[in-house]
Amino acid sequence: MVDTLIAKRHLMANKKQTLVAMLGVTFGIAMFILMISFMVGVNQFMEDTMLSSTPDIHIYNDIKTDYTTSIAGEYFNDPTALVLVHHPKPKQVTLNIKNAYGIINDLKRDPDVRYVSPYVSSQVFYNYGPVQINGSIDGVNILDEAKIFDLAGKMVEGVPENLLSFDKGIIMGRGLAEKLDLGMGDMVTLTTPQGTTMSFRVVGLYAIGISTIDNTRSYVSLASGQQLLAKDRSYITDINLKLRSNKTARVKAIELAKKYNYKSDDWETANSSVLAGNIVRDTLTYVVSITMLVVAGFGIYNIMNMTINNKMKDIAILKAQGFAGKDIVRIFLSQSLFIGFFGAIMGEILGFLLSYALSRVPFPHNDFIALKFFPVEFNPAHYIFGLAFGVITPFIAGLMPSLKASRIDPVAILRG
Amino acid sequence: MNEALKVDNLNKYFHEPEDFHVLQDISFSVNKGEFVPVIGKSGSGKSTLLYLLSTLDTDYTGKITINDVLVTGKKQNDLARFRNENIGFVFQFHFLLPEFTALENVMLPALKLGRYSKEQIEENAMAKLRGLQMDSFAKKLSSKLSGGQQQRVAIARALVNDPSIIMADEPTGNLDSVNTGIVFDIFRDLSHNKGITILTVTHDLDFAKGADRVIEMLDGKISI
Repeated sequence: MVDTLIAKRHLMANKKQTLVAMLGVTFGIAMFILMISFMVGVNQFMEDTMLSSTPDIHIYNDIKTDYTTSIAGEYFNDPTALVLVHHPKPKQVTLNIKNAYGIINDLKRDPDVRYVSPYVSSQVFYNYGPVQINGSIDGVNILDEAKIFDLAGKMVEGVPENLLSFDKGIIMGRGLAEKLDLGMGDMVTLTTPQGTTMSFRVVGLYAIGISTIDNTRSYVSLASGQQLLAKDRSYITDINLKLRSNKTARVKAIELAKKYNYKSDDWETANSSVLAGNIVRDTLTYVVSITMLVVAGFGIYNIMNMTINNKMKDIAILKAQGFAGKDIVRIFLSQSLFIGFFGAIMGEILGFLLSYALSRVPFPHNDFIALKFFPVEFNPAHYIFGLAFGVITPFIAGLMPSLKASRIDPVAILRG
Repeated sequence: MNEALKVDNLNKYFHEPEDFHVLQDISFSVNKGEFVPVIGKSGSGKSTLLYLLSTLDTDYTGKITINDVLVTGKKQNDLARFRNENIGFVFQFHFLLPEFTALENVMLPALKLGRYSKEQIEENAMAKLRGLQMDSFAKKLSSKLSGGQQQRVAIARALVNDPSIIMADEPTGNLDSVNTGIVFDIFRDLSHNKGITILTVTHDLDFAKGADRVIEMLDGKISI
């Protein structure tokens, strides 16, 4: 194709200018790749941390504040009387899920659900010597719970299975254990709001990386939990679910809430503030990256304009010899696209190298953040997007000068 | 038909810097194989006439017929194609593309036309250069050639698509007398021996003397 031959010559004739234009795109794309990889890495880390403490769906019996019915009317025995009740108190409720095992079996048959972990939870006081700390206790089937939260990977000491092999064992959050100055094998006494007390032996310590959980929560076996609360074996207060895909959680939670008539929270709703942070970071990344690419686009626009001003005579002579307007557009637009394409390829390589380097930089040591290196995500989709953008920007930047070139009146130039 | 070019009632106005009737009711025809210089004082409209005939300038009234094809009113893209096939151009300032070798400059219009394969075009272009004794400079960058050499390459380029008509705007305006002589001989050879019509604007009267006939312009009219 003769048009591309001419375009190639123009580019090669001014290598330095071509290279500078390319570098504009290169840095734009490289920064885009670096920023998006890092931001998505951070988002992913936040999401992982979040999911390590939040199940995909959490089903529980919420205290209902439904005061629409009252038996006060019965007292007056007058159907025409209008009875107003001010400040009724919530009635005493048991917070368990009725027919919990029926629901659990039903959930286990649900094709969307991967793991089901029923448990009892309660507020407790941790007593160790004179110290009393307010916290919570989850009585769990530790094997089910471990599947949902990957507990094995979060154990600081001991293994989750210790709950099964020791009678009255407890796995404590690390922060909580430190506050109480408890170590492996130490005894701790728990007091429930109902006043029952029971002693447990520390058989494991975990750290999720969220201090509100690590400083307050412990696990005991389901049976011990039920015993502590002085309830029978069918007493279940909460059910945690892990789905095959957590993207469907929101819809599924609504479905389950309707089906079982219990409160059902999905992880997105439970962590909407964290997800909002993700959206802010994503937006920031795109805004900054697009700004850089626009700057690179202006660079290309300038250089193409300069090239075309220098090539007025050539354009006129080509037109005189029978090159049509669209040929001229093709000649200059292909130069712009060449700059964009190879600039973008170089940018992707540079961006990858920078992201890789960042992913090897140690994260400042912190007890509460389980990070060894800066979180960086390598996702081919970012590279495809970068390449597409690296070609589209020069296309737009090169289009206007190219169209201008195609409209040059050869007569005015050839006559001098 | 033996007419290479026919012009009927050509009128052209300039509106900048002020309204000016630059070509007034021009009518003439040129036969095939004729070598016709157009002469006249500067401002007489001879260059303007040439650019109208070349189809580059379409802002006029009247009719222009080249090779029995009415070019007046054709679309720009069609005109580009028509020029590519039928008209060869030679300009005062040689106007080769500086990034290309002499040979490549000659090849470009043929590559654009795309009638032959690249090898055939290269062979043909070499033959045209050889005909102008420029074959030994074929591989040189055109910007490295002297003015006379460049003009000969430009003539070879004008010939590469075997056009029926060559239009030249002061082809010798920038050349010394030796090179002017060479260009003149080439043109005369092309018109008499190859049957190519040559229309050239010039103010070199010696150049015009040896031609078949001369069109002389005066104040926008042909004064024969």
